[in-house]
Amino acid sequence: FKISAVNVDLQTDATLQVDISDALSERDKVKFTVHTKSTLPNFKQNEFSVVRQHEEFIWLHDSFVENEEYAGFIIPPAPPRPDFDASREKLQKLGEGEGSMTKEEFTKMKQELEAEYLAIFKKTVAMHEVFLCRVAAHPVLRKDLNFHVFLEYNQDLSVRGKNKKEKLEDFFKNVVKSADGVIVAGVKDVDDFFEHEKTFLLEYHNRVKDASAKSDRMIRSHKSAADDINRIASTLYTLGTQDSTDMCKFFLKVSELFEKTRKIEARVAADEDLKLADLLKYYLRESQAAKDLLYRRGRALVDYENANKALDKARAKNKDVLQAETTQQVCCQKFEKISESAKQELIDFKTRRVAAFRKNLVELAELELKHAKVNFIPCWKDFNLFKTRNITSINVVL
Amino acid sequence: MTAWEPPDRPRSRLAYCCPEKMAEDREPPPLADAVQTDFREVEEGEDLFVSTVSTAEQLSPTSPEPASFPAEDISTNSNGPKQEILLDDDQEDLFAEATEEVSLDSPEREPILSDGPSPAITPVTPTVIITPRVDALFDRSLDEDEEAEENGDTFDMQITVSDPEKVGDGMNAYMAYKVTTKTSLSLFSRNEFSVKRRFSDFLGLHSKLASKYMHIGYIVPPAPEKSIVGMTKVKVGKEDLSSAEFVEKRRSALERYLMRTVNHPALVKDPDVIQFLENTELPRAVSTQALSGAGILRMVNKAADAVNKMTIKMNESDAWFEEKQQQFENLDIQLRKLHASVESLVCHRKELSVNTASFAKSAAMLGNSEDHTALSRALSQLAEVEEKIDQLHHEQAYADFYLFSELLGDYVRLITAVKGVFDQRMKTWSKWQDAQVMLQRKREAEAKLQYANKPDKLQQAKDEIKEWEAKVQQGERDFEQISKNIRREVERFEKQRVKDFKVVIIKYLESLVHTQQQLIKYWEAFLPEAKAIA
Repeated sequence: FKISAVNVDLQTDATLQVDISDALSERDKVKFTVHTKSTLPNFKQNEFSVVRQHEEFIWLHDSFVENEEYAGFIIPPAPPRPDFDASREKLQKLGEGEGSMTKEEFTKMKQELEAEYLAIFKKTVAMHEVFLCRVAAHPVLRKDLNFHVFLEYNQDLSVRGKNKKEKLEDFFKNVVKSADGVIVAGVKDVDDFFEHEKTFLLEYHNRVKDASAKSDRMIRSHKSAADDINRIASTLYTLGTQDSTDMCKFFLKVSELFEKTRKIEARVAADEDLKLADLLKYYLRESQAAKDLLYRRGRALVDYENANKALDKARAKNKDVLQAETTQQVCCQKFEKISESAKQELIDFKTRRVAAFRKNLVELAELELKHAKVNFIPCWKDFNLFKTRNITSINVVL
Repeated sequence: MTAWEPPDRPRSRLAYCCPEKMAEDREPPPLADAVQTDFREVEEGEDLFVSTVSTAEQLSPTSPEPASFPAEDISTNSNGPKQEILLDDDQEDLFAEATEEVSLDSPEREPILSDGPSPAITPVTPTVIITPRVDALFDRSLDEDEEAEENGDTFDMQITVSDPEKVGDGMNAYMAYKVTTKTSLSLFSRNEFSVKRRFSDFLGLHSKLASKYMHIGYIVPPAPEKSIVGMTKVKVGKEDLSSAEFVEKRRSALERYLMRTVNHPALVKDPDVIQFLENTELPRAVSTQALSGAGILRMVNKAADAVNKMTIKMNESDAWFEEKQQQFENLDIQLRKLHASVESLVCHRKELSVNTASFAKSAAMLGNSEDHTALSRALSQLAEVEEKIDQLHHEQAYADFYLFSELLGDYVRLITAVKGVFDQRMKTWSKWQDAQVMLQRKREAEAKLQYANKPDKLQQAKDEIKEWEAKVQQGERDFEQISKNIRREVERFEKQRVKDFKVVIIKYLESLVHTQQQLIKYWEAFLPEAKAIA
C-alpha cells in the first residue's frame, strides 16, 4: 500500500527508506509490516521487515516527545488510532437487515460497505507510513536508537497501551501544560520571527481545525447523497423489470445511469476525503506539533529569564551565586539550542506545508475533472443516443 | 496577502427560467437549452417526447448535432412567453422546514376553518421562488385524442396558476391564486381569461368531479393535499422562507392538477370545470371542510367502502382486470419507495449545499491566515470554487425536488385514484349481483303466491319482478359500461404516464449533466491557480 495522503518528497534519501509494505486487519487490531532499506552501518542487514502494531508507533512517538534532546524539533505527529468501529457496525447492521431487502440490493450495499472498509484501511496504513517517513527524513530523529529498535527488532516490543492510571496522569499533564502554555504564550518574544510564528500558528491551527471539521461534514453529506442515488437506481431497476409498457427498457437504462452516477459520486467523495480532508487533518496535527515546539521554546525562555533574575538576586545577596550561575548557563544553553533548531524546523514546516497543499489541491482538481469529464459525460452521451433512438412509439399492452 | 470575503451576493434560486429577469451575476443553467440543443430533429408523431419538449420551449440557435452538449451557457433564451417568473431576493437557505408537512396518505386531512366573511384583500409582495415549468408534461400537440379530433379542435389549452396573494388576516386568512386560461377550444367563451381562486375552490371542484365520474370509471386526477401546518404558518403571517416555499409548492401542484384535469377529454367539457375556469365568482365550497355535514358523510362513506372492499369477493372473469390490478399494486409500491428515496436525496443534497457553503467560508478564513502568498491565494480560490459548487448543489436539489419528487408524489396519488376506480367497478359488480339475488327472491316469492289466493299481492309480486329484472339489466349494463370505461381510461393513463415519466426524467437527467458541466468549468478555472503555488 503505497498511498500516501501527505506524501511530500520524503523518499529522496537512499540511505534510509522506510515504508509499510503490507498490513493485516484482524479482529481488533491492525498489523503493519514495516519494511526498511538502508545503507547505514547501524543496521545488521540492508533490507529487512518487522511487524508492528499501532501501540508501538505511539510508544515511539512518545519517546521522542519525552526526550529533552529533541525539544527543539517539531515532533512528527503520531498517526491516529485505526478506527473501524463505525464501518464494522454498518456491516453488522446490514447483515441483520438482510432479510428485508432484495438480493441485488443486499449485494450492492455489501460491496459498498466493503469498499468503505477498505478505504479506511488504506488510509490508516498511509498515515502510519507518513509518520515513519517523516522520522526517517529528519536529520537527527532518524538516528534515534528507539527508532532503530522499532525498525529492526523482530520481536514484539512488549509495549502495552497506557492503562487507566497512566491515561489519567496524561490527562492531568495536559491540563497543566495548557495552563502553562497560556502563561508562556503571554510572554512577548524579543525575536520577531518567533513572535510572528506564535501568532500565526495559533490562528492557523484554529482555522485548520475548523476547515477540517467542515470538510468532513461536507464529504459525509456527499456520501449520503450517493447512497440515496444507489437506492433510486435499485428501485428504478425493479420498476424496469415490472413494467408492462414501453417504459421498461427506459427504466432499466435510467437505472443503469443512476448506478454509474452513484459510483462516480462515491468516488468523488472518496477523493475529496483523501486529498482535502486528510490533508487538513494532517496539518491540524502538524500545526499542533509546531505549537508544542514553540511552547517548549517559550518555556525555556521563561526558565532562562527566571534564571537570570535568580542570578541577579543571588549576586545582590551574594548567596549561592555559583549555583545560580550554573543554572543560568544551563538554561541559556537549552534555550539557545532550542531556538536555533526551532527556526529551521519552522521554516521547513512552511516549505512542507506549501508543497503538500500544492500537490493535493492540484490532484484534487485533476480528479474532480477526471470524474466529470472522463466518467460522467461519456456515459451520458451514450444515454443520449439511446434516447433519440429508442423512444419512438408507445406500445401499451392491452 | 489577499483577503477574501465571501460575497454577499443575492442567492438566486433561478434554475430554469427567463434569464433576463434574473439577478445580475448569475448565469442561468441552460437546462432548457440543453434540452433544445440536443433534439433539433423533430419528426412529427414519431419521437413523442422530443417534439413535446421542443414545442413547449422556444427553440434557440442551435448546433446541429443531436448528441452534443452545449459547451457554453446560452444565457439569453427565453423559456416561452407563458411563463410567470417570480424573482428571488436576498434569502438564506430556503429549506429550513419546508417539505415535511404534506403527507402522501389520506387526501382528506382538513383544517378546521371557520366560515367568517372574507375581509378586504391585502396584496402581499409574493416571496419568490422559481420552479421549472412543467409545460412540457402537458403539451398535447401530438396526442392522438379521438374526441378532440372529432370536435375538430386541436387540443390547445394552457393553464397557469400564479400570483399567490394573501387575503385577510389571522386564522381566517387564505391564499388566493390567479388562474389564467389560454385556449382556442370552442368550449370556452373567450380565448384568454383569468379568475381568482382559493385552495378550497380546487378541492370543491375535485369533489364534484369525483362524485360525478368516479363511479362510471373515469380516473379523476386527485387534488393537491391539504396541509394544516403549512397553511397555518402562512395565515399567521410568517413571512419566512419555509412558508414561501410552501406556497410555491402548492402553486405548482395546483397548476399540475388543473392541467391534468383539462387533459381528460370528458372532464374538460364538464360544466363545473368550465365554470371553475371562467366564472369570476364561485360559490364557496364549504363541503370540503372537515366538520361540515358533507365532510362527516364522506368520512362515514369511506369507512363503509373500506369494509365493503374486504367483504366483496368478486368473480373476476376478465383476466385483463386482474392483471392490471396487480400491476398497479406493484407500481404503487415501487413508486412510493422511489419517492421516499428521492425525498431523501433532496434532503441530503440540501445538506450538502449548506455544508459546502460552510466549508467555503472556512477555507477562506484559512487562506486569510496562511502566510505564504501563493498558497493563500489558492486557498481563497478554492473557497470561491466551493461556494459556487454549493450554489450548484442547491439548484440541483431544487431540480431533484420539483422535477422528480413532485412527479412521483403526483403519481402515487394518481394511482390511488386508479385503484379507487377499480374498486368502483367491484361495487358496480356487487350491485348487479345483489340485484340478481333480489330478482331471484322476488321470483321465488311470486311462485309461492301462485298457490295462495291473493290476486292483488300476486300482481304486486309480478310488478316487483319486472322492476328487478330492469334493475338487473341496468346493473349488467352499468358493469359493462364501467369496465369499458376503465379499459379506455387505463390505456389513456398508461400513455400519459409513459410520456410524463420520460419527459420529466430526461429533463432531470439533463439537469444532472448540466451540473457536471458547471463543475468542470469551475475546477478547470481552479487548476492553474493550484499549479501556480510556488
